[in-house]
Amino acid sequence: MTTQTQDQSEKKLSDMPDENGHFGQYGGIFVPETLMEPLDELKKAYIHFFEDPDFIAELDSDLANYVGRPSPLYFAERWSRELGGAKIYLKREDLNHTGAHKVNNTVGQMLLAKRMGKTRIIAETGAGQHGVATATVAARLGLECIVYMGAEDIQRQALNVYRMKLLGAKVVSVESGSRTLKDALNEAMRDWVTNIDNTFYIIGTAAGPHPYPAMVRDFQAVIGREAKEQIMAHEGRLPDALVACIGGGSNAIGLFYPFIDDMDVSIYGVEAAGHGLETGDHAAPLCAGKPGVLHGNRTYLMEDRHGQIIPTHSVSAGLDYPGVGPEHSWLKDIGRANYVAVTDEEALKGFHDLTLTEGIMPALESSHAIAYVTKLAPTMDKDQIIIMNLSGRGDKDIHTVATIDGIEF
Amino acid sequence: MSRIKGCFEQLKKDNKKALVPYVAAGDPNPEITLDLMHSMVESGADIIELGVPFSDPMADGPVIQKASERALIYGTSLTDVLGIIKNFRETNNKTPVVLMGYLNPIEVMGYDKFASMASDAGVDGVLTVDIPPEEAETYIPALREFDLDPIFLLSPTTTKERMKLICQYASGFIYYVAVKGVTGTSALDTAAVAKRLEIIKEITDLPVGVGFGIKNAETASAIGQVAEAVVVGSALVNLVEQNAHALSNEDANKKIIKEISQVLSSMRTALDA
Repeated sequence: MTTQTQDQSEKKLSDMPDENGHFGQYGGIFVPETLMEPLDELKKAYIHFFEDPDFIAELDSDLANYVGRPSPLYFAERWSRELGGAKIYLKREDLNHTGAHKVNNTVGQMLLAKRMGKTRIIAETGAGQHGVATATVAARLGLECIVYMGAEDIQRQALNVYRMKLLGAKVVSVESGSRTLKDALNEAMRDWVTNIDNTFYIIGTAAGPHPYPAMVRDFQAVIGREAKEQIMAHEGRLPDALVACIGGGSNAIGLFYPFIDDMDVSIYGVEAAGHGLETGDHAAPLCAGKPGVLHGNRTYLMEDRHGQIIPTHSVSAGLDYPGVGPEHSWLKDIGRANYVAVTDEEALKGFHDLTLTEGIMPALESSHAIAYVTKLAPTMDKDQIIIMNLSGRGDKDIHTVATIDGIEF
Repeated sequence: MSRIKGCFEQLKKDNKKALVPYVAAGDPNPEITLDLMHSMVESGADIIELGVPFSDPMADGPVIQKASERALIYGTSLTDVLGIIKNFRETNNKTPVVLMGYLNPIEVMGYDKFASMASDAGVDGVLTVDIPPEEAETYIPALREFDLDPIFLLSPTTTKERMKLICQYASGFIYYVAVKGVTGTSALDTAAVAKRLEIIKEITDLPVGVGFGIKNAETASAIGQVAEAVVVGSALVNLVEQNAHALSNEDANKKIIKEISQVLSSMRTALDA
């Protein structure tokens, strides 16, 4: 939880957002009036339960026994040697239950939903990872679960659709707009506005109206807290650089946040450059977009000159989103974090590189971070340290990779 | 005096209620909107609410979502919408026009530039669905500077405390959202609406318009008993959708204008009865 310090000069970067959810000019609450009261109720519950020892104890127990935390911080020795620069550590979020960092957040929000007495869970999903992570915890608590998914994405991610159904969730195909993640988010908002009395909306990334960006960050910050302890145990000092991929930015903010006041630690967020930033065919709002308002918050967006949101492209469905969490927009503007982008092609090479050198098959999302590490590490000294967030495993992407490599099963 | 204020004062004198039709600008094609606005006035509209198309209309049900999509096929932009209103003002200087839409197109244009252009075009009020007063610190003064009425929503979930806050910033009229949900919802409970309006009336002297769920002359008349204005949107946009795929735009537009005029006339008659 953020707390206000009395003395302005003592104000730390980690004190953000303000009480109305602002990270500088970003974030905030931009929603239709009907959602103002439910968001206020959620904000109060989030503030209350984050200070409730019983809640924290239950959360910690679930993270340990159900998710499998702490996740290892693994020294990728062979890969580091091949790149010939910094020592690279991988934070193994791919080893979590359901195979990605997403479950850290769904476990947390589901506990909140339970405490708030909500009986119906809704979520949006793009690639299906957040949908699966939500359906998983809903199954465990026996709650009704509805997942909104763009019709395009349902076709591209048939396996995850089936996984959600096996877990007892209802997957609703969204046929409006571009029929992808952003439209699924719109549809979930519409459901929420209609069913606010009994419904809890689990947003999957550190975006949306306040308190979601701060709350999702706080649930994901377990990644960075563990990494900090682990690197101290391994190396006795903080890392020189952090690297994570950015779609909405929840795995990245989860790693970055506990290091945000450690000004000697460089921070790199890696967006999806798709076919290349110069082609316009990408999903990199921080690198090539402009500030605007979408999905309840002010943040960098992919938009045309009239303020309409434009289609995005990435080989990785999980990064294929026209916005980004507002805290990243702020970290970019104040210069605390660096935001870069790598192309589909570079990410695919990263996928193969890590699989061959370390025997770890990464998600295509995480492969973007890998691709950037292959550029960054060689520019650093051998005694320097990088921590990269390996946010998810690549099993879900094997079909995509095979198709690109021209292989048919 | 603002056109909206003048309009409600005249209606009050005449002991009448305002009929406020909503259509999305540029739906189903840009040619229709100017003619449609004039014909709606002839059929009894007191105020026109013109939707500004947006790619991600999260407060709208399927009917108005599709309206936005149809308008965006032609790339109907905020600038285009202001152009249409400017044309409308060439022959109608009386009927108030309220823009209804989402913040991002206004954000991209810049609040001051938008307010200046909107005022110049002859816009009277602006209802931006996704900006609550808490975030409107620079938005409201920009509108006021150019004598535009900031119109805000109240909903069934709005607490009395928030009602006070919102009414403090609103002018022109208050828009009460009759149901929890998106536009085009079916179940409207007139008794529940009446009860909420009583509370709103304790807080503000502004006229109150009610929308979301008004389908026909009957619901319009029922709401007209308790509110100063009746807003009808999805029921009209449905008629656009049904005729949007006619052989030619000209054909489609003729039919749409005719059918919307009929519905508005029947609502006008019911409201005045």
